[in-house]
Amino acid sequence: MKKVEAFIRHEAFEPIRLELLGLGFPSLSISEVKGSGRQKGITERYRGAELTNYLRPKVKLECVVADKDVPTIVDTILKHGRTGAVGDGKVFVLPCDEAYRVRTGEAGEEILQAHPDPAAASA
Amino acid sequence: MSRSTAAKAAMLVGLTALIAPSAAFAQEEPPPTLDSLASGLETVVGEGNLTWILVGTVLVFFMQAGFAFLEIGFSRGKNVGTGIAKILVNFSFVAIAWWAVGFAIAFGGDGTIAGDKGFLFGFGDEMGGLAASFGDTATGGTAAFFIFQFMFAAVSLAIVWGTTLERIKFAAYPIFAIVFGALIYPLIAHWGFGGGLFAEIGDGVQDFAGSSVVHLTGATAALAAVLLLGPRKGKYGPDGKPRAIPGHNMALFGLGVLILWLGWFGFNGASTLGTADGRFAEVFVVTNLGAAAGVIGAMIAIYMTSKTLDVGMIGNGAIAGLVGITAPSGYVEFWAAPIIGLVAGILVVYSVLLIDKKIDDPVGALSAHGVAGIWGTLACGIFTSPRLAEYVGVGNEGLVYGGGIGQLGTQAAAVALTFAAVFALSYATFLAIKLTIGLRVDDDAEEAGLDISDHGMYGYPEQFIPAPELVGYGAAPTAATMAGSPATATSKEVTA
Repeated sequence: MKKVEAFIRHEAFEPIRLELLGLGFPSLSISEVKGSGRQKGITERYRGAELTNYLRPKVKLECVVADKDVPTIVDTILKHGRTGAVGDGKVFVLPCDEAYRVRTGEAGEEILQAHPDPAAASA
Repeated sequence: MSRSTAAKAAMLVGLTALIAPSAAFAQEEPPPTLDSLASGLETVVGEGNLTWILVGTVLVFFMQAGFAFLEIGFSRGKNVGTGIAKILVNFSFVAIAWWAVGFAIAFGGDGTIAGDKGFLFGFGDEMGGLAASFGDTATGGTAAFFIFQFMFAAVSLAIVWGTTLERIKFAAYPIFAIVFGALIYPLIAHWGFGGGLFAEIGDGVQDFAGSSVVHLTGATAALAAVLLLGPRKGKYGPDGKPRAIPGHNMALFGLGVLILWLGWFGFNGASTLGTADGRFAEVFVVTNLGAAAGVIGAMIAIYMTSKTLDVGMIGNGAIAGLVGITAPSGYVEFWAAPIIGLVAGILVVYSVLLIDKKIDDPVGALSAHGVAGIWGTLACGIFTSPRLAEYVGVGNEGLVYGGGIGQLGTQAAAVALTFAAVFALSYATFLAIKLTIGLRVDDDAEEAGLDISDHGMYGYPEQFIPAPELVGYGAAPTAATMAGSPATATSKEVTA
């Protein structure tokens, strides 16, 4: 069981979500985050006074998958997230100890299994 | 004559009197004479003038909404509700102060420094000074004049707080509103509008609707306040350079500017105090040309300096154009208005940039009302036309008509006197507030925002309170949510 944590551009998220859905990974969470990387700050002006903003908005995507599925997830993110410019983001893979399904109380890697859905992928 | 016929006749007379007062007079002493018709016509003209003054009053009142939105738009989202409370409370305190004391000092006498009749203004009271031109004792006309002039006092006070947003103690509002509405503004209004001091400088100071009397007065008090108050936390970096503290809503700011522009048609246009000779329509045109040129001037100036079309600066340009054209609006020909507005619009941009280096003025009030107010007052000395100087009966033609620099000097003297008097009185008042109850909220309150620290509520609750807490899923169990609880509001609703 691994947790994949990716910091990506906003516009990269939708293609990633659609492909993961088709591959059978509908379960993920995102949050709006702000962070800094190697990109420079952006200087704004309000009635002449300047304000330089070094923190840029990004989407943080999190999902927990079985060990064998990690390369699939990471490849999908890298494929759609890359523009080649500074600011594309980063992907981290972290160990995950336990997983429970709240509805039934089931535990273990089986609750993370993929549910491929070709119809969703083509949609 | 039967009773019903008599009743019908009485109704007819009453109806006629309602429709045309002159006709009612004519019935009492037939046949109508030229004199009776003339006096009837005079009544109609008088009531036409009153109507126009009251329409102007309503327009100037609406400027309070303009100030509210402009200032709230330029504030951060944590200081939004307080802006509304500020406008309502200030307006209300100055309303009472103006009624009790201010009006008498401003318009109730012929003294050089202050008037002396009309305290606790009441219908039928003996009037003096300019107020007496609506009747020796107070009439409906005097009441119209009273309420119109009050709106100007309220506008002037609203300008004061522009520099103090997001950090001033709420208690400072009522205290200063009373002093300002009872003494500071009425003194300047008496000098400038009420036939006092300014009428005795040269051949009279030209300030048609109050570039100095209203706007410079407000901005000068605003300067006194901000010097004692200091900048908002975080306005200046460790290197002393100004940082932007962006306002939270440019749309609200823009709405405020447009409402002020609308209100200004009453501000300048009804300062004719009547509809005679259609002069008020001329003032409308001049006012609009000045405002439009202010927008264009500011737009060009900010683009030249920063290569951006800054929304706030363009809005400040509209206000500066309007303030600049306020004094000249009754004295200049149409062609001069765009020049005056353009200069005001350019001035406001450089003034905001310069003042921002040392003084934290969140809305640019010092520039838009102070600097543009000074320019507007001086502009009379340059552009006043001989025709209108004679029509209004104050001062002489300006520089461009070969009037020499005499009028310009008179205008400059009025600016200096206004600034000195208002600054001294306002600084003393704010200093007294600072030394007694304090002028500024503590750091925690400023950090949290005045909405929650002063008013116990947020202007935008959904932005500050997490949704689950706002909905109440996490709230302590109430009678309604406790199982087995017999009579609750919910169960009653269900069974009904």
